[in-house]
Amino acid sequence: MPQMNMIQALNSAMDIMLTRDPSVVLMGEDIGYFGGVFRTTEGLQRKHGEHRVLDTPIAEGGIIAAAIGMGVNGLRPVAEIQFADYIYPGFDQIVSELARLRFRTAGDFFAPVTIRTPCGGGIRGGQTHSQSPEGIFTHVCGVKVAMPSNPYDAKGMLIASIEDDDPVLFFEPKRLYNGPFDGDPNKPAVPWSTHPKGEVPDGYYTVPLGKADIVRPGNDLTIVTYGTMTFVAAAAAAAMGLDAEVIDLRSMVPLDVDTICTSVKKTGRCVVAHEATRFSGFGAELVALIQEECFWNLEAPIQRVAGWDTPYPHAFEWEYFPGQARVTTALKAVMESA
Amino acid sequence: MNRRSRLHVPRVPARPGEAPDFSYVDLSPAGAVARPDVNARARDISFLAVELVRVLDDNGEALGPWHPHLDVHELQLGLRHMLLTRVFDDRMQRTQRQGRISFYMRSLGEEAVSVAQAMALRPGDMLFPSYRNQGVNIVRGRPLVDLMCQLLSNTRDMCKGRQLPVMYHWVAGNIFSISGNLATQFPQAVGWAMAAAIKGEDHIAASWIGEGSSAEADFHHALLFASVYQAPVILNVVNNQWAISTFQGFAGGEQRSFAARGPGYGIAGIRVDGNDFLAVYAVTQWAAERARTGAGPTLIELVTYRASAHSTSDDPARYRPKDDFDRWPLGDPIARLKQHLIRLGEWSEQRHLALSAELEELVAANWKEAVTYGMLNEGPRLNPDLMFDDVFKELPPHLQRQREQMRAEIAKKD
Ligand SMILES: Cc1ncc(C[n+]2csc(CCOP(=O)(O)OP(=O)(O)O)c2C)c(N)n1
Repeated sequence: MPQMNMIQALNSAMDIMLTRDPSVVLMGEDIGYFGGVFRTTEGLQRKHGEHRVLDTPIAEGGIIAAAIGMGVNGLRPVAEIQFADYIYPGFDQIVSELARLRFRTAGDFFAPVTIRTPCGGGIRGGQTHSQSPEGIFTHVCGVKVAMPSNPYDAKGMLIASIEDDDPVLFFEPKRLYNGPFDGDPNKPAVPWSTHPKGEVPDGYYTVPLGKADIVRPGNDLTIVTYGTMTFVAAAAAAAMGLDAEVIDLRSMVPLDVDTICTSVKKTGRCVVAHEATRFSGFGAELVALIQEECFWNLEAPIQRVAGWDTPYPHAFEWEYFPGQARVTTALKAVMESA
Repeated sequence: MNRRSRLHVPRVPARPGEAPDFSYVDLSPAGAVARPDVNARARDISFLAVELVRVLDDNGEALGPWHPHLDVHELQLGLRHMLLTRVFDDRMQRTQRQGRISFYMRSLGEEAVSVAQAMALRPGDMLFPSYRNQGVNIVRGRPLVDLMCQLLSNTRDMCKGRQLPVMYHWVAGNIFSISGNLATQFPQAVGWAMAAAIKGEDHIAASWIGEGSSAEADFHHALLFASVYQAPVILNVVNNQWAISTFQGFAGGEQRSFAARGPGYGIAGIRVDGNDFLAVYAVTQWAAERARTGAGPTLIELVTYRASAHSTSDDPARYRPKDDFDRWPLGDPIARLKQHLIRLGEWSEQRHLALSAELEELVAANWKEAVTYGMLNEGPRLNPDLMFDDVFKELPPHLQRQREQMRAEIAKKD
């Protein structure tokens, strides 16, 4: 099977959808001729033309608004926001318009827009190239929110998102573009070609939104996570010799409640982990849900691992990032509680 | 004939491998554009948004009504500031290549914008720069070591390690904090200027954004508020033709000049040769006088060229011809002012070389000092505790707790 990194897998997903469905268009800053600052759309304008792959003005509000209009008029736009940190000029169009159009028109209008955007830290990007704002959008009713953790899922989930008639916010953990990352910046980089999830079929397939992946089955405890933290958390548990069941949510909205609760009921212990800030983060939703559904099976209070509640600081990237040390503390706490 | 609507995609004049083509740049001869009274009404001077104010001709002679007649020492100082900006940029670019700093952005070819404009303003005027205005710090006399410490995120970093390199600020120098989010400073500058007017002070504000960033809604907020309240502000669009790989046509420059957005909002718009130190100075002085005398805001489009890569993460050979800058019709701002001074008999090649050498040494000496305060991964380091400060004025309980947790984590790792 072909080996792809996450960038190539995403590129392949868009290429396939541009080929299969004439209503698919791509738009975004620097995505056309240049192929995107992360090269995710490389070659697609040359292949599919300037009317299918549009370079846009630097105006995220305009990009998302225009995508909504195109969507209403029968297209399936895939808009790239160059960094998740720059999505906010489009916030009103997402929250008040994109998310609610179907609801307020009783289903008469809708806009099947996918918004792709690189997120997360670990690339020395400072406070405006490192954010993980997915939790903000899970609080908005009417947009799906997804984040793949590997090339195979990235391709299948992006195709599923483009085909979805509801709007999808598709977050791409940029630290995982070129390889899995266990949280230790001093280790040599590992490419996706060494990882089974770097094997990606050339053709069309989907990975449905709303179906979590049990990355590793186990009995000692359940780790519920997504994105970069999938690897960090699994590595920390392995280093402690724990038989952890690691669940990669893949999408936060819709959420695979069954997979989470079945696992927690089995293990009785749970750690929730994400890179985003902690306070009112998506982890809080997970903890509440697990508490409601699994309270009588819990052997210990659920632990949360997250980024600190500060902006992402350039100089203290690794003190900020929820690396293995932070995960280990949570794992210990959840295993030690009687 | 079958007429149908069609989607237009802006044309890019030349791509890699093609010959540079600047025929799209509308030029006016040096000295040819009239200089209206500073109190002229915006609606009466809309020609300024179409023509190109130029003072220096191709031979380095200063011509026409915009000639600011600066004294020789000012001109020599302007040359020095521009050259220092360039030497500083080159050196910092090299330190990035050596892995000493994580990121850098040069202003190569655009030095006249920041330098001439900052010189034409008063020290009490508040500046809201973009990331490519390092020259304003040089003009206002900021020690280079301070800039370098920010680039190094070291123990003397004015941002305490929180910002990417080049995102400086300087309270004492009246230079606002640079944001990584494009265009946000533009309407903020208008608010600052409105406050000055409310308080009855005669300081004005000036802000800069790239032409690419003028696509953001914040650009339009700035023009609207500036127009409605006739705020004492100078709004500068630095049209260096490129926004990373995106040609200025994609920001709307194909149909009309960026300066022409001014008259559209009822404020003066003026297009100037951004590589002509004298023209930039004169136009800024004119706009500042308008603002200070109650004639309202001015939108200035500075026509220039981003001669360098967008940043150290960019490779322009992927999207534009390699020899573009050599063919840029407005030349190099440093070479042009130098030529003018030589023509006046007030400068020479030898003096220029000596100045370059002096500035190289100055930059090197500052760098030597800066690294003693630490580098990103070497030498003295800022205390990570600082990460939790300044999120709020006072540390709230949840951050106190997280700071304790971080300390425990670090202790465990060591
Ligand atoms: C809101 C926002 N969107 C996108 C970006 C990413 N970005 C950084 S610089 C840049 C290009 C800006 O070009 P321009 O305004 O022309 O200024 P120049 O770099 O040419 O000086 C882009 C797209 C950003 N920083 N902020």
